[in-house]
Amino acid sequence: MEAVTCTGCSLLCNDIEAAVTDEKLFHVKNLCRKGHGHFQAAFSERTVPMIDGQKATIDQAIARAAEILSSAKKPLLYGWSNCTLEAQAAGVRLAEKLGATIDDTSSFCQGILMERILDGRIPTCTLDDVRNYADTSIFWGADPSNSHPRHLSRFSYYPRGEKRQKSYEEERTCIAVDVRRSATAEICSNYYYRVAPGSDEQFIEAVLAVLDGKIPKVADKKKMIELGSILKKTEYGVIFPGLGMVYSLQEKMDLFERLVARLNEITAFKVVPMVGHYNTRGFNELLREKTGFINRVSFSGGAPAHGPEHSVMAAAKSCDAALVIGSDPLSALPFATAKALAKVPLIAIDPRRSLATDAARVVIPSAISGLEAGGTAVRMDGMRVKFEPFLKTDLLTDEQILTKIMEAI
Amino acid sequence: MVSAMEIYMLLPKTNCKKCGLPTCMAFAVGLLGREKKIDECTPLIEEKKYEAKLKKLREVMAPFENASETGLIIHPEKCYGCGNCVVACPVNVAADPTRCGIGLGPQSDRVILKVEDGVVVSNNLKECRRFGPNKILCNACTATCPSKAIEFV
Repeated sequence: MEAVTCTGCSLLCNDIEAAVTDEKLFHVKNLCRKGHGHFQAAFSERTVPMIDGQKATIDQAIARAAEILSSAKKPLLYGWSNCTLEAQAAGVRLAEKLGATIDDTSSFCQGILMERILDGRIPTCTLDDVRNYADTSIFWGADPSNSHPRHLSRFSYYPRGEKRQKSYEEERTCIAVDVRRSATAEICSNYYYRVAPGSDEQFIEAVLAVLDGKIPKVADKKKMIELGSILKKTEYGVIFPGLGMVYSLQEKMDLFERLVARLNEITAFKVVPMVGHYNTRGFNELLREKTGFINRVSFSGGAPAHGPEHSVMAAAKSCDAALVIGSDPLSALPFATAKALAKVPLIAIDPRRSLATDAARVVIPSAISGLEAGGTAVRMDGMRVKFEPFLKTDLLTDEQILTKIMEAI
Repeated sequence: MVSAMEIYMLLPKTNCKKCGLPTCMAFAVGLLGREKKIDECTPLIEEKKYEAKLKKLREVMAPFENASETGLIIHPEKCYGCGNCVVACPVNVAADPTRCGIGLGPQSDRVILKVEDGVVVSNNLKECRRFGPNKILCNACTATCPSKAIEFV
């Protein structure tokens, strides 16, 4: 049995034990179903080097990719969420060299919230603090039972912590705020608060009213007042906002900031965003360190420029070549963006077949990080996790591929 | 989940005492508690008129066949492998406090529930608080399951 780190989601579970025979995973312990699927996928639908639909060697594919990128006037480098920090650093260097636009999945995901957290405008804590001290966990627009299966059992509800020895039985409360009764809401049972799609703003206003001792303007006033009293009694609360909440609030994220500030006047309340991909936060931190912005950066004028015009949604329509790595924008992004992206010369670096590799001019296979390639990644709460590969492969890692492309340019 | 009353309705209701119990109702409770077997009710097996009832009873009792000694049934196709039950189970925590207690996967062999290949599996059921004469109706594993993948018959 070997110790493995799972890169299936941003929890980066590192208590996984796996046994390997003939370069195949045959038995694995402690891995959730999602992680197990992620690992098993390593043995099917792997990519091979391709140029214009024809098989090629890896060197030819890298040379062709370099050619496309260096002849492009406005290249776009997109993805990065499923790459190690080392590969992301190489990507940022490549963007600088090309004068390219670089953006990651947080641009269409948790970026708007992550920016506030990294700037320190919204207080945050680590997941180990959650386990040790938190007595109230709020899952807002998130369903960790499905998206991060081990979230509740490792950190937010079931484990015993330093100050929470009686854990879920007596000392912890978990609350779900969601549009539907999700699997997590089922666990929260009585503390499930239903919001209509897009009405998180009204929900925040109702909570603020209750905290000020006013009557909330919602249908179920009694339940809202009950929530207010739970929040007031909390010693150490943590809010886990998911995509549901971020999409619903969008530009009104200031309201959420106000709510957290108000809660912190009463008691300690932290926010840990439910990041999806395993190293989205890593890219945000890395780019912020280098340029001051977490995503949507263009190096076309030399100095880094930031703005909505450099987001993947806008850049997909204006770029003349794109490199996609560690994400599949064609299946994840809105149709108009995906369609625009599919029309430009596309270079896809991906270990497995995806819509992006199907549409790409150049496909470069890479090693799966966590499984076949080592590196460092940042967990959803900002902790750095270093991992080693445990399957042997001849494939190049993302970092090596990007370095080779850079050398060729 | 079938009730004792439903089982009783499928028995001969003659209180013949051939099974060793005073009434058919007592036999129904025995079946539910898995202390008695259907075959012990000889009139039901032998007499032709009870054929339909016997068929129905076997259908109703079918899920009990797959249950373990404590009545635990795991539906692997429903399990997310989240490990909530692994961390919540009091026996697991007592067996491996430094790992199960703080949310990590167990390393001890004495634990009841653990996650293997993405789904939960059970071992050492004799340690379960539902086992043996002093059993209590602990439901830590079923109450914490988000997908209802664990149940007790």
